[in-house]
Amino acid sequence: MKRGYYGPFGGRYVPETLMAALEELERAYESLSRDGAFQEELSCLLERFGGRPTPLYFAERLTEHLGGAKIYLKREDLNHTGAHKINNALGQALVARRLGKRRVIAETGAGQHGVATATAAARFGLECTVFMGEEDMGRQAMNVERMKLLGAEVVPVTSGTGTLKDATNEAIRHWVATVEGTHYIIGSVVGPHPYPMMVRDFQRVIGDETRRQVVADEGRLPDLILACVGGGSNAMGMFHPFREDPVDLVGVEAAGRGIATGHHAATLGAGRVGVLHGSRSYLLQDDDGQVIEAYSLSAGLDYPGVGPEHSFLKEAGRAEYVSVTDGEAVEAFRLLCRLEGIIPALESAHALAEAMKRAPRLGGKILVVCLSGRGDKDMDSIKSYLGKGENQS
Amino acid sequence: MSRLTRAFSGRKALVTYVTAGDPDLKTTAERVLCLDASGADVIELGLPFSDPQADGPVIQAAGQRALRGGTTLAKVLDLASSLRGKIKAPLVLMGYCNPLFTYGEERFADAAAASGLSGVIVPDLPYDEGESLYGALERRGVDAVLMAAPNAATGRLAEVGRRSRGFLYCVSLLGVTGTGKALHGDLEAYMARVRAVTTLPLALGFGIDSPEKARLCASLADGVVVGSALVGLVETCGDDRPRLLEETGRLVRSLREGLDGI
Ligand SMILES: Cc1ncc(COP(=O)(O)O)c(C=O)c1O
Repeated sequence: MKRGYYGPFGGRYVPETLMAALEELERAYESLSRDGAFQEELSCLLERFGGRPTPLYFAERLTEHLGGAKIYLKREDLNHTGAHKINNALGQALVARRLGKRRVIAETGAGQHGVATATAAARFGLECTVFMGEEDMGRQAMNVERMKLLGAEVVPVTSGTGTLKDATNEAIRHWVATVEGTHYIIGSVVGPHPYPMMVRDFQRVIGDETRRQVVADEGRLPDLILACVGGGSNAMGMFHPFREDPVDLVGVEAAGRGIATGHHAATLGAGRVGVLHGSRSYLLQDDDGQVIEAYSLSAGLDYPGVGPEHSFLKEAGRAEYVSVTDGEAVEAFRLLCRLEGIIPALESAHALAEAMKRAPRLGGKILVVCLSGRGDKDMDSIKSYLGKGENQS
Repeated sequence: MSRLTRAFSGRKALVTYVTAGDPDLKTTAERVLCLDASGADVIELGLPFSDPQADGPVIQAAGQRALRGGTTLAKVLDLASSLRGKIKAPLVLMGYCNPLFTYGEERFADAAAASGLSGVIVPDLPYDEGESLYGALERRGVDAVLMAAPNAATGRLAEVGRRSRGFLYCVSLLGVTGTGKALHGDLEAYMARVRAVTTLPLALGFGIDSPEKARLCASLADGVVVGSALVGLVETCGDDRPRLLEETGRLVRSLREGLDGI
C-alpha cells in the first residue's frame, strides 16, 4: 500500500506550505512510536493523570431488559475530562514537546477535544488556541468556559457554516501561518497523513484494554463491538486491535432527522468519496463536489467527513456502518440513565441505540459498546430536544 | 515554449486572480476583459470551493458569494471558452481538488483543453498526490503549475521545480492568501534557492496587495500574482458594476506601472 494510504483512501492533500511540517511530524512520530521511553511516559500519564485503565462494565440491568446478548460497556466516560479524546490529546501533547513546539492548536465541535487539548496543554505548560464554530460555541457553552479556565484561547469561527468543518479549515489555515513553532493537535482519525495513523495509535489503548478485560471476564473475545463514528477516533481505537479476529465491528453514524431528510451526518452511509481536510475518504458533498453541512443533535458527530481507514474498512467489508436517528439516540440515552445510572454522551448513545436494536436477537452472544464519553455536556441539547416534544416517550 | 512561459518573457509578468462568479459570471467576464486590457499578462480564474484551505477571509467570502450565485465548474469552463480569442493573456484555472475529482480527472482535462485554458493550479494537490490529474493535463498540453513554499527542503523544491509546467508559483509567505500581510523574512535567499533548482519563470504570490510590494517582489522574481486585492474590490464596490470595472482597471494599471518601473 502507498505510504499514508488505506487502500485508495488517505494521503496528504494539503497546501505545499504544510508539507515540511507533515514530513517532520511523520519522521518524529515514526521514531517515537518505537521509542520505549516515550511509550512509557505516555502510559504513565494515561494512568496517573488520565485515569486509565477504564473499566469494562457488565451492564446487567440493560442486558436483562433487552433479554438477549450480554452487554458490556467500555467506560471511556470515566476518563479525565469525560471522553476518549484525552487519550489522543495527551499523546500529541507529548509529541509536540518532543518536536520542541511551545504552542498547540486544535479544532473542536462538541468542545470535548478542545477541553482535552486545553487540559493537556495546561499540564505541560504549552500555549493553547482552540478554533470552534460560532454556532457550536452557543450549543456547548459550558465547554467553552472549561477551555478558558484551563488557560486556552477560544477563537470563534464564523467562516463557511460556522461548525466543526469550518473550525478545522480555520485551524489548518492558522497552522499554515504558524507552522514553525506550533503543533496542530487534530481531534480524530482524519486529516493528512500521518494524523489518521497517529490518532488511531493513541486511541488503540481502548481496544487493547477491552481485549484483555473481556478475556479476563468471559474467557473469550466478544462477538460484536459497536462504536459511534464522527470522525471515527473512538471507533478506530476500539476496532483496530480486533481487526484480525472473528469479531463483528459495527460503526454507528448519526442519521440526524433521518437520511431521507438530508439532515444527517451519515458520511459512510450516504456520502461519496472525495477529498476534505487533507485526505481522500467518504464525505458529504453535492453533485459539484462542494461539501455539505452535516447535521446531528450530537455536536460531536455532525462532521461531513470521516477517517480514511473507516472508508477502507467499509470497502473491504471488514466493518459495517449503520446509522441511528436523533430520536433513537435520545431514547437510548434515557434508558441507560434509568437502568444503569450512567449518563452517556449523546454521541455514545448512538452506539447504544444500535446495540439495543440488535441485542434481543443475539442470545448467548457477547456485545461490547464503546461508551466514548459522559453526557453532562449534553443536558441543554437533551432538554431542548425533549422540550420540543420530538419523539417524547 | 508554452503560452504561460512565454507570458513571462519581455517584461515582469503581472498575474491576476479573480474568483469566477463573484459577483456573477457576466461581471467576471467583463472583469477579465478589463484585466487583459489594463496590463495583466496571465489571468487566473478562481473556481469557488466550500472549504478553501489556502485562502484568507477575502477570497473565502468571494467563494461563498459565487457559490450562492450557483457557480459551478461547468459554468466556469464555459466562461473560459467564451473568452477565447477575446483576450491576449493566457487563462489559468485555479481550484481545489475535490470539485475537479468530482467532475472526473480525464473529463476535466479534456474540458480544460477544449475551453482553451493554458494552465491549471490546484493548491491542495501536491505532486505526490497529483500524478494522475497532472499527467492527464500534460497529455493535453495544459500546464499544471505547481507551488513552492519558503519552508521546503531543497530536495522538495527541486522536485517541485522539475515537475511544474509553464511557471513556478512561489508562495511568498507562510500563511494563506490575503491583504495586509508581511512577506517571508528572507525572500532573497528563498528565491535564490528556487532559482538554483529550476529554469522555469518564477512568480511570487500571496500577500501582494500594492504596487510597492509588487515592485519589491518582482525585483526578485519574473512576475507577481495579485489576488485578494482585486477580489476585495467586489466588496468595496458593492453592486456598482461600472465602478468595479473602473477600480479593477485602475489597480491593474498601477501595478503595471510599479512593475514597469523596475
Ligand atoms: C464523547 C464523544 N464521542 C464521540 C465523538 C466523536 O468523535 P470520534 O468519532 O472521533 O470518536 C466525540 C466528539 O466530540 C465525543 O465527544
